[in-house]
Amino acid sequence: MVTKKEIKQSFFIALWFMVLTFPLMVIKVNTIKNIVVFRWTNLIWVGIVGFLASLIWNYFLRMKDEKKKADTKDNIPIVHRLLQNEKFRIPFLAAIGIFALVYPFVFPMYHTSIMISALVYVMLGLGLNIVVGLAGLLDLGYVAFYAVGAYAYALLNLHFGISFWVVLPIAALLGTIFGTLLGYPVLRLRGDYLAIVTLGFGEIIRIVLENWDELGNGPRGIGNIPSPSFFGHQFNQHNSVIYIYFIVIALVLLTIFFVNRLENSRIGRAWIALRDDEIACQAMGIDKFKTKLTAFALGATWAALGGVVFAAKTSFINPMSFTIWESITILCVVVIGGMGSAIGVIAGALVLILLPEYLRAVAEYRMLVFGALQVVVMVFKPEGLIQGVRKIYKFKKVEE
Amino acid sequence: MEPILNVKNLTMNFGGLKALDTVNLTVEKGQIAALIGPNGAGKTTFFNCITGIYEPSEGLVEITPPGKPTQKLNGLKTNYVTERGLARTFQNIRLFEGMTVLENVMIGRHCRLKSGIIKAMLRTSSQKDEEKQAVYDSYEILEKIGLDQYVDEMAVNLPYGAQRRLEIARALATDPFLLLLDEPAAGMNPQETKELDELIVWLRDNENVSILLIEHDMKLVMSLSDNIHVVDYGKKIAEGTPEEVKSNPEVIKAYLGDESEDA
Ligand SMILES: Nc1ncnc2c1ncn2[C@@H]1O[C@H](COP(=O)(O)OP(=O)(O)OP(=O)(O)O)[C@@H](O)[C@H]1O
Ligand SMILES: [Mg+2]
Repeated sequence: MVTKKEIKQSFFIALWFMVLTFPLMVIKVNTIKNIVVFRWTNLIWVGIVGFLASLIWNYFLRMKDEKKKADTKDNIPIVHRLLQNEKFRIPFLAAIGIFALVYPFVFPMYHTSIMISALVYVMLGLGLNIVVGLAGLLDLGYVAFYAVGAYAYALLNLHFGISFWVVLPIAALLGTIFGTLLGYPVLRLRGDYLAIVTLGFGEIIRIVLENWDELGNGPRGIGNIPSPSFFGHQFNQHNSVIYIYFIVIALVLLTIFFVNRLENSRIGRAWIALRDDEIACQAMGIDKFKTKLTAFALGATWAALGGVVFAAKTSFINPMSFTIWESITILCVVVIGGMGSAIGVIAGALVLILLPEYLRAVAEYRMLVFGALQVVVMVFKPEGLIQGVRKIYKFKKVEE
Repeated sequence: MEPILNVKNLTMNFGGLKALDTVNLTVEKGQIAALIGPNGAGKTTFFNCITGIYEPSEGLVEITPPGKPTQKLNGLKTNYVTERGLARTFQNIRLFEGMTVLENVMIGRHCRLKSGIIKAMLRTSSQKDEEKQAVYDSYEILEKIGLDQYVDEMAVNLPYGAQRRLEIARALATDPFLLLLDEPAAGMNPQETKELDELIVWLRDNENVSILLIEHDMKLVMSLSDNIHVVDYGKKIAEGTPEEVKSNPEVIKAYLGDESEDA
């Protein structure tokens, strides 16, 4: 039940909001007539909405506390439970598989195109998840490697006519190399310092691209990037979108496949150990620097792969596609989806990229919505939409 | 008896503070040695210096692993110290909270395994065998330490005493010849302390490790130790068998001067 105290609190919060938004919501300067209009009705609305929002917020907070008390143990996300259950796993995966398969044929091209973007973000998210989610390195310049991949395809194709399929492994390698080169000096820093320096590096790459006209036409960018060919056959525009869709699906599957293997390997465990406790990790004989560098370089590899697909899909790239906002969006995908949780990241990418596309009305407020979502997730579900679970090893107990 | 750890004139300055002042200490093979002293005496700093977490201002740290030549540890990074066979636990428990108990121990195996990224991605047969072996070895260690019932729990969910034991299990997984235990009994109840006592003796007798432990529980120290080193204000003030140390006037003075002691 709502208590008196809560009502009082909500009342003051509403009052505070009214004061806070007064200049924005109430005062309006009409520059044509040179008069100031006071929109008092807005003030009342802000008050009512603030009051109700605060009540609802409190209600959910209390629900969360009660739920926490009720069951502390059984908090494995439902998706994981479905996947762990032999009976459900096959039908569950089959349903997703069939949906993915028929998707581009059932829905118009526009939807397929949006889905491709979302799937590219799944790849980017899974790559960044290695760096941020598993190894705990806050990388705000991830988009730099995305740019490396995109420009690698655009330039190699422009100058040497190299095809998509050949560029793919080259770009991956370039991503690894750039990741190692950038990681080498910056990974000696930690926490906030690392975040700031990677942010700087990301911006440097963009500014270089913007100003180096000879390399990639500067801000004008590179156009006419061909879409991938199918054994030499070039599809028409419509079919080519479908084709790219399936390529991304394949790449996403490949990513999930490899990331899952890495996560439960010697190196994956070392990443998580490093994230959980750097000193204990080193005391267990793990080389801190090397482990960080592998995570960083591997994350960069996937970013570059994503970049190639992006360039092939849009057929035009310029430095504006690789701003800091891109890095932040990918980071949001990881944090909101669930740090260190592959399934969470996939869900996060689909939600965060598809929603703004379909809710065109809020698309303008994308960053605002991200911010609000970030706050809500951090308060109510700090582990992200779908929390990661660790592998349970099966082995036969030996008889003594 | 040959010394397996030989520390000479170890000095550690923090700005003006001499946390360690020309400390000499040796541990012999098969020994259980203790390092005791009042709060802030510099015991943990001593561990940090020999395991490469701090770089000592002066002094020499040498080890002689069984069957291997003597080597210097100064200036070596922590992970290489561990690789050479010195493993430690922490006074303030430092487990990997995002992992299961088994995985925590598997982290200890890390430096004895080889598979890298490529092998993990391709899951080669050598990588699979290695993983299987690591799981098996880790489980065996958990059995020895008496934690096998918790194998799939997340490490944070363990009771306090079990967390301390898990730290020992994890350290043991690195195949050390010398275990450095920083206050392993801190926060344990008498029953748990007794079990710890037995565990430490068992480790020495069956696992071929020597032990150097820091401990405030004097009953435990006196019953366990072959040799006790006492430090106060960074200086070593006494060394000897439990009997000798107990009757040493310097030691009595150091402890009586500190009211927070329970000796
Ligand atoms: N990183 C550091 N920087 C500055 N001073 C330090 C640092 N680490 C330890 N000290 C100081 O060195 C002294 C010895 O600390 P240390 O932690 O080694 O004591 P201790 O013997 O382990 O004590 P306790 O029994 O309380 O664990 C203390 O005065 C402490 O404040
Ligand atoms: Mg200490």
